[in-house]
Amino acid sequence: MNTYSLSILLRRLTAPPGLSGYEDSIAQEVEALWKPLVDQVSRNRLGSVIGFRSGRGAAPRPRLMLVAHQDSIGLMVSGIQEGFLRLTEIGGVDHRILPGQLVQIHGKRTLSAVVVQPPPFLLPPEAQGGSVPLPYLWADTGLEESEVRRWVRVGDPVSFARNYLELGSDLVCSPSLDNRASLCALTLCLQELCSRQPVWDVWAVSSTQEEETLGGAVTSGFQIRPDIAVVIDVTHASGPSTPSHKTYPLGRGVTLGWGPTVHPKLYETFKDLAEKLEIPYKMEPMPRYSGTDADRLQTVAEGIPTMVISIPLRYMHTPVEIVSKKDIQRAARLITEFAATIEIGFMDKLRWEETPKT
Amino acid sequence: MGRNAENLNQPTISAEHLRLLEKLCNAVAVSGNEGEVRHLVMEQIKPYVHTMQIDALGNLLVYQREERSKPLTVMIAAHMDEVGFMLTSEEDKEEGIFRFELVGGIDPHHLAGKTVQAGKGRHKGVIGCKAIHLTTPEERRSSLSIEGLRVDFGGGGRAKVGDWGTFTTPFQKIGGSVRAKALDNRLGVAIAMELLKYEYPELNLVVAFTVQEEVGLRGAKVAAYALNPDIAVVLDCTPAYDLPLQVEDSFYPLENERYNTRLGRGAAIYLSDRATISDPRLVAHFVRTAEEHQIPYQFRQAGGGSTDAGTIHLQRAGIPTLSISVPGRYLHTSASLARISDWESTLRLVYFALQTLPVDILQSDR
Repeated sequence: MNTYSLSILLRRLTAPPGLSGYEDSIAQEVEALWKPLVDQVSRNRLGSVIGFRSGRGAAPRPRLMLVAHQDSIGLMVSGIQEGFLRLTEIGGVDHRILPGQLVQIHGKRTLSAVVVQPPPFLLPPEAQGGSVPLPYLWADTGLEESEVRRWVRVGDPVSFARNYLELGSDLVCSPSLDNRASLCALTLCLQELCSRQPVWDVWAVSSTQEEETLGGAVTSGFQIRPDIAVVIDVTHASGPSTPSHKTYPLGRGVTLGWGPTVHPKLYETFKDLAEKLEIPYKMEPMPRYSGTDADRLQTVAEGIPTMVISIPLRYMHTPVEIVSKKDIQRAARLITEFAATIEIGFMDKLRWEETPKT
Repeated sequence: MGRNAENLNQPTISAEHLRLLEKLCNAVAVSGNEGEVRHLVMEQIKPYVHTMQIDALGNLLVYQREERSKPLTVMIAAHMDEVGFMLTSEEDKEEGIFRFELVGGIDPHHLAGKTVQAGKGRHKGVIGCKAIHLTTPEERRSSLSIEGLRVDFGGGGRAKVGDWGTFTTPFQKIGGSVRAKALDNRLGVAIAMELLKYEYPELNLVVAFTVQEEVGLRGAKVAAYALNPDIAVVLDCTPAYDLPLQVEDSFYPLENERYNTRLGRGAAIYLSDRATISDPRLVAHFVRTAEEHQIPYQFRQAGGGSTDAGTIHLQRAGIPTLSISVPGRYLHTSASLARISDWESTLRLVYFALQTLPVDILQSDR
């Protein structure tokens, strides 16, 4: 079995565009990477990749579900006029980063294009005087109209051009690091678990469509019915003009979610574990919702105790997302140790103070 | 040596020219820091020219032959510099985050979300943008201003205050088009380089590869003084705004009437812009040449904008000047786009016009 370095994994996992709902490219890569690491890999009905690894405990064993979403934000062709393409968004994209952006049109052929902001005199008055909204931007492939019509149709997904860049010794910049950084941590965890003996069953889920509906996690959760779910996602890192009270520094550790989405005893368990392992972390208050797969996962069937672990990421939903490799490593180590050391009777500890003793 | 008239009788754009343009576009030469392009040009044209000089501002002045023995001296000018930015202040040393200011007319709408390079070591960084999740709809309706943007080297860069920088978009050929940063004006530079390979029976050819065009046509001014030509032809790249009109109100025109130039319609001949009225005798000669040789051409719509002609034609006692441009979309952004056919038309038009330039053209009526 090959084990891959973090950098190689990250390169492989950021290369496929895999826009929400159009995830074959990333799902295949995840399947290829996970196949040697788990007992069984399958794709569920909505497209999530599920890896199953049997535990060493006596059956029936409790189930731990580790989830990171595989889909990425992007754009879609919504119209074609005189060879120029109209665009709409998949997931949330700030239109202000689009002018001059290189994109790939995934038509019958993959075409490179540039997003264009027309000069003001070609725009209606309502689109002038500020940022130009997405409905007034174009994508230009540089090809003649007849060629464009041949290869492109309305509905073709459009991804940011791939551009993987290492900045200094620790930071990595690429499109789709939300959430391939977490998929990388999850894959590192599966690699590491190969030499460990978890007693619980581990179900790794590379979930689909998080950026649109959280549909992959909720359906996988129903299918697996885990006793505990741990969601790994990205959170906002501090950077130029970010509010300090909503962001976390790059390279200084992961965040542990705290709020109605997260089971308080799970939070405590992860906090204690992080302290024991000397993994730097910050509590991330999530007063209403987490903005991750966890929000719907916790209400699957009769309810699932859920935890959220996040990797700080700068410039989220742009083509120049930045994460720290150290933070990815930390997230991987934390979930690995949790999965490897969780006791067979752990669920008994996950009690509310008021739960009647039996 | 490449002076064989038979081989070179019909200038065309070959794979070799595309490779040269790729090198020129991928080179970084923001106004005031044109060394990389100057070096490339000198290396390539050396076999074809008699003298190369670098003047006080950094212009590369080229004399094709030793003597000015022919009746007319024609100066070709093409600016080497491109728009970009300079790092002006280090805001966070540990994080490698810099403030910057623009050099030349970049529309700030095109900055966010791009990879950039700065300094001699081509240090890679990015210009980011706060996550959409942390913005309000009102915020997103207003433009991102340069005041709020930073170049982020991710803590590892060795970039420093004073470094010039620009986008990293790699050159790419797409069908019959090329897409790159700095097509304005590496296309003009490439054409000027090619013209030096040919003999012109009736004229002395001098070429200025100029600096600092994008910050006010500075290099061309002193180059024209030094070269002291009878006539100047400026090679540049001019915007093609040939996009669909998005206004349906009947008050407004029904089609795009302000395209400036259109891709695929050939060499763009200037009649007048903000800074220059082209010499009508030169315009007439170039139009006649295009028609005789069936070279596609178009008139650049009169209006704003300017080229090196703006300072050249006012040098000394006046120098009759004409600008010819390759039309290009999205100039002054991270990724501009031009047609190879227009590049070729421009090259051929200037070549044939110089071949047939009447020695008494300046004695003829306007």
